[in-house]
Amino acid sequence: MAEILLRQMTKRYPDGTEAVKKVDLDIGDGEFMILVGPSGCGKSTALRMIAGLEEISDGDLLIDGERVNELAPRDRDIAMVFQNYALYPHMTVRDNMGFALKLAKDDPADINRRVEEAARILDLEKHLDRKPANLSGGQRQRVAMGRAIVRSPKAFLMDEPLSNLDAKLRVQMRTEVSRIQQRLETTTVYVTHDQVEAMTLGDRVAVMRSGIIQQVDTPRNLYERPENLFVAGFIGSPSMNFVGARLEGDTIKLPFGETPLPDELRGRLKGDGKARDVIAGMRPEHFEDATVEPDRPGLKFTAPISVVESMGSELYAYFDVEHGHVESSDLTELAADSGMEDLPQHGSGDTQQVVARLSAASDARPGGSVNMVLDTTHLQLFDPSGGKSMTVE
Amino acid sequence: MEAASVEQARPAAKKRRKTAVGAEPTTPWWLWIVVTAIVIFCLVPFYWLVNISLKTGADLSGSDIIPPNPTLDNYQSIFESSSFTRALANSAIVSLVTTFLGIVVGAFAAYALARLKMSGKAILLGIVLSITTFPQIAIAAPLFRLWSDIGLYNTLIGLVIPYLTFALPLSIYILVSFFREIPRDLEEAALVDGATYFQAFRKVVVPLAAPGLATTAILTFIAAWNEFLLATTLTTSPNARTTPVAISQFTGSSQFEVPLGTQSAASVVISIPLIILVLLFQKRIVAGLTAGAVKG
Repeated sequence: MAEILLRQMTKRYPDGTEAVKKVDLDIGDGEFMILVGPSGCGKSTALRMIAGLEEISDGDLLIDGERVNELAPRDRDIAMVFQNYALYPHMTVRDNMGFALKLAKDDPADINRRVEEAARILDLEKHLDRKPANLSGGQRQRVAMGRAIVRSPKAFLMDEPLSNLDAKLRVQMRTEVSRIQQRLETTTVYVTHDQVEAMTLGDRVAVMRSGIIQQVDTPRNLYERPENLFVAGFIGSPSMNFVGARLEGDTIKLPFGETPLPDELRGRLKGDGKARDVIAGMRPEHFEDATVEPDRPGLKFTAPISVVESMGSELYAYFDVEHGHVESSDLTELAADSGMEDLPQHGSGDTQQVVARLSAASDARPGGSVNMVLDTTHLQLFDPSGGKSMTVE
Repeated sequence: MEAASVEQARPAAKKRRKTAVGAEPTTPWWLWIVVTAIVIFCLVPFYWLVNISLKTGADLSGSDIIPPNPTLDNYQSIFESSSFTRALANSAIVSLVTTFLGIVVGAFAAYALARLKMSGKAILLGIVLSITTFPQIAIAAPLFRLWSDIGLYNTLIGLVIPYLTFALPLSIYILVSFFREIPRDLEEAALVDGATYFQAFRKVVVPLAAPGLATTAILTFIAAWNEFLLATTLTTSPNARTTPVAISQFTGSSQFEVPLGTQSAASVVISIPLIILVLLFQKRIVAGLTAGAVKG
């Protein structure tokens, strides 16, 4: 167990491109740290740099207070779980899990004891003498975990370990990973592009974008107080809605209508109070059908519904707002990452699509309209130039 | 034999017409005929060799398909001559050393070509391959002069070195395609698990490339074992002669007699190790030669 400190860590390739740019990150002893971001954001490279599989071009990496930039992977005492598991196909499960201990020339009886203990934790006892080719995806994944935990290393590094599993198994293994980490209390760095994993697993989450850490915070703070448009748009599913708005004194003009700024929000608001354009962000769950909850305070308006998706426990209602379209490089990149950039309904012309998460009791229908109420106390305001949040200290 | 295969194949052909679409296609009867013909065509010369090796004296000039008086005299006489047994030992030493060096050096070179980031890799591999297209006769004469000057003429090591010129390109080419197929993650996992680069190579990469190594070893061994041109150019005495050369130097009882019987017997003897090797490893040889053709 150890703390891992990244100091201005940079990865520069011979052609000059930088995959990781001056990353500063403190990962505490026993902490479960998630690196999350769209593909190509440098999260995997950063993890491989910690493992020693990629050279560190600039800056320092400290494990347990010791600078380890030049140490070979074998001397860093860390274990890694690979995306494709990287099990040795020619070895049995037992040999796979004991490989590191055998290399360290541990006592064979001791190796056996530790392998069997790990197998018990992971429920692999029956499969110890089988080869990886004869295991199911979930079992292989557990062997990969087992290979990491038998060593009791200073830290676990996991590179999208669940992304090759099917959806149901992924949810199951997610809780498994969490349980093991809590039991062993080993410092863990976990790379994922799946924000659900990021939110559910991590003590803290570092959101990365093109080699730069955007925000490091607890999952809850990331969700409630994103520091910029990118984090706001990346965290949450369905993602936060963004519409163009205008601040005038104590009033905010949203495409849905005008409303006074809530006191609490005004207190946090940065700026000189002059009238200006802003980007307003609101999560889908901050809308509600006013006929279902008539007493709910907030901005009331009528929305013409175009699409309704029923999840059983709730409804996602999509509607377009006029004059609400926002352009921002942060949002374009997010759309590109999810492959939505070319979809016509993603803000064509001057209209912006908004999704509202409504109670299942709502009778929203495609083509009909719904009396919406928007909880304005949760509004997020962002600077249109640069995308910084105007409401987070 | 051909008639029999036709008889067997006919019901199969009928059955095929009845089976549903999507069933495994059965082998058509005419293919059996073609295959049988090819097999006979390939095996007849070898059968003739065995046939002659069992004949002596006047029988040798006859063309009996079955030896009238089969005898093992020829075999007895070649093993009585020290030049043949010495040549067998020389062949074994030269072939095994060539195979061993070819595999070890070839594996390192192939690993570097498959894995390391370096410029000009494709060109290097191209050059290695182009060496195999050189006619050996082109280097035989220069090597003869060079070896005479530096004292490698008529030595076993003087044979091993030129043999490596065809053993190495072969092993490098086969092994590069094998190493490329091994996921890099496996080596990285080994490195993180505490292995040095060499341990990762030896304990993870080499076991996984074992079929390729076996293929390469067998092909190299066969090539070195059969080599004649360089062996006859670069050796002069029984001390360094390999078996193919020794057989060509067999003499009959008189100047006018061709030692057909003993030469055939010796040829049969040196074929036996190769036949055993190929029968044992034929699956691996095929797997090795087609590696990289399709994704497994």
